[in-house]
Amino acid sequence: MATVDQVDRSLAPPSGTRYYRHSVATRICHWINVVCIVVLLGTGLNIFNAHPALYWGQFGADADDAKRWLEIGATDDAAGQPQGMVKVGDVSVRTTGLLGLSTSADGTPQAIGFPSWTTIPSWRDLATGRRWHFFFAWLFILNGLVYLIAAAFSGHLLKDIVPKLRELTPSSVWHDLVEHLKLKFPRGEDAKRYHPLQKIAYGGTVCVLLPLMVLTGLSMSPGFNAAAGGLLPQLFGGRASARSIHFITTNLVVLFVAVHVLMVLLAGPYNQIRSMITGRFDTGTER
Amino acid sequence: MAILTRRSLLTGGAIGGGLLLSGCDKLASSDGFNHFLGRAEGATYGWQRLIGRQALAQEFAPSEISPAFKANGSKDPDDADYRRHVTQGFAQWQLKIDGLVDRPLSLSLADIRRLPARTQITRHDCVEGWSAIGKWHGPQLGPLLKAAGLKPSARYIVFHCADNYGGEISKGGAQSTGRYYESVDLIDAFHPQTILAHTMNDAPLSVAHGAPLRLRVERQLGYKQAKYLMRIEAVDSFAGMELGKGGYWEDRGYEWYAGI
Repeated sequence: MATVDQVDRSLAPPSGTRYYRHSVATRICHWINVVCIVVLLGTGLNIFNAHPALYWGQFGADADDAKRWLEIGATDDAAGQPQGMVKVGDVSVRTTGLLGLSTSADGTPQAIGFPSWTTIPSWRDLATGRRWHFFFAWLFILNGLVYLIAAAFSGHLLKDIVPKLRELTPSSVWHDLVEHLKLKFPRGEDAKRYHPLQKIAYGGTVCVLLPLMVLTGLSMSPGFNAAAGGLLPQLFGGRASARSIHFITTNLVVLFVAVHVLMVLLAGPYNQIRSMITGRFDTGTER
Repeated sequence: MAILTRRSLLTGGAIGGGLLLSGCDKLASSDGFNHFLGRAEGATYGWQRLIGRQALAQEFAPSEISPAFKANGSKDPDDADYRRHVTQGFAQWQLKIDGLVDRPLSLSLADIRRLPARTQITRHDCVEGWSAIGKWHGPQLGPLLKAAGLKPSARYIVFHCADNYGGEISKGGAQSTGRYYESVDLIDAFHPQTILAHTMNDAPLSVAHGAPLRLRVERQLGYKQAKYLMRIEAVDSFAGMELGKGGYWEDRGYEWYAGI
């Protein structure tokens, strides 16, 4: 028995450096949100592929060249070979293999906006994509409301997530940026709070970006638009604009997730991921 | 961090991503799972009816009309009867209103053009993602249904169309005839903006847009806006009608309630 005790003690982190960081509501909502965002992204790209073009204004369709600002498609080059193209404004970029023209799941080339490995399901299927998208949109909204209400009432949202004005001063943000670039992550007592860049990223995503995704998504619903008295799409400059903003905010969410996962990996994935499962975060040197 | 090399991360990420997507593909092929996710349609329908049962769709100014309104779905039906009507300028065409009604009606295009009409400039939202604004003119559906006298058992209004859009079903299963049809509940049937449009952008409805008569049900997506109307039928269920889901696209996996 004595040996077991010794082994246990040697594996355990220095006592007193773990603290309870994430509430049970935060942890459950976080992982439900992970599932929702993965499915909403994959099905959203499948839905986008049904009309891979974006416009500004109230409306937009094939003939509305003046309103179109983004188009993904396939055209034949001078040699008659089909090429994938992305057109942003007047600038065309060849994107064969990734956007516009890519290899389908069965290995044949196909003209499609986003490639099959990014979409749910992997084949072109607007009906299934929509069905999944709206189920997980409901789950995403309800889950987000539970999180926001729990975080607002516990004080977590204002105390830990939303940045304070003094944290947004250029010197404070600059200092935190330099620390990040040096890959110097806080340890000890200092690790018990979020720092300015973290607060900007988390607060901006939770309070601005994700609500914008919901509102621009609802702005595409003719039934919801009628119920909202036309207020919603007008807030974004019309339905075609709302669809464009939905696409842009999707890109920002993907950017957030990429940086978030990178930071978890750099700051110590074991400790970070454990804290989002058990709630316990180690402020010591353990990674 | 010896266990977390760049290679193991990339490999792990690729394997995890591949498993995730193939798992999603398996679920997307499962009728039971898709049926379960389809419950969201009821939530969307219930919520939108709760907050805006009688709400009006936004109407626009003439200056906001799309310069070119895209035509989608059937654009030139090759059905022999329909071709004959086109040749005759729809002089022999009749709209039937029947099913669960007390007084079945049969109306010529001239009869319909004489009815009091509503004009509305609205946005047409296609399920694919594009949208277009057009001006529609025609009688409201509600007064026509009142004239026919709906029986108390009537729950849905079905719109039978002249065009056959193809019988093959993308996902296997039983074959339908491919005849286009659509349906709405009585709330949308009696909604003031639900009209039978015979005029679009101040001109008689063109063949590409559904001549001589198309449905406008402005709080739902484009596939509900049935073109080439031939018959309006009041029913208590969709059982026995094509594949039983209440519409051509509904039989192919799309939601019956297209308010989102």
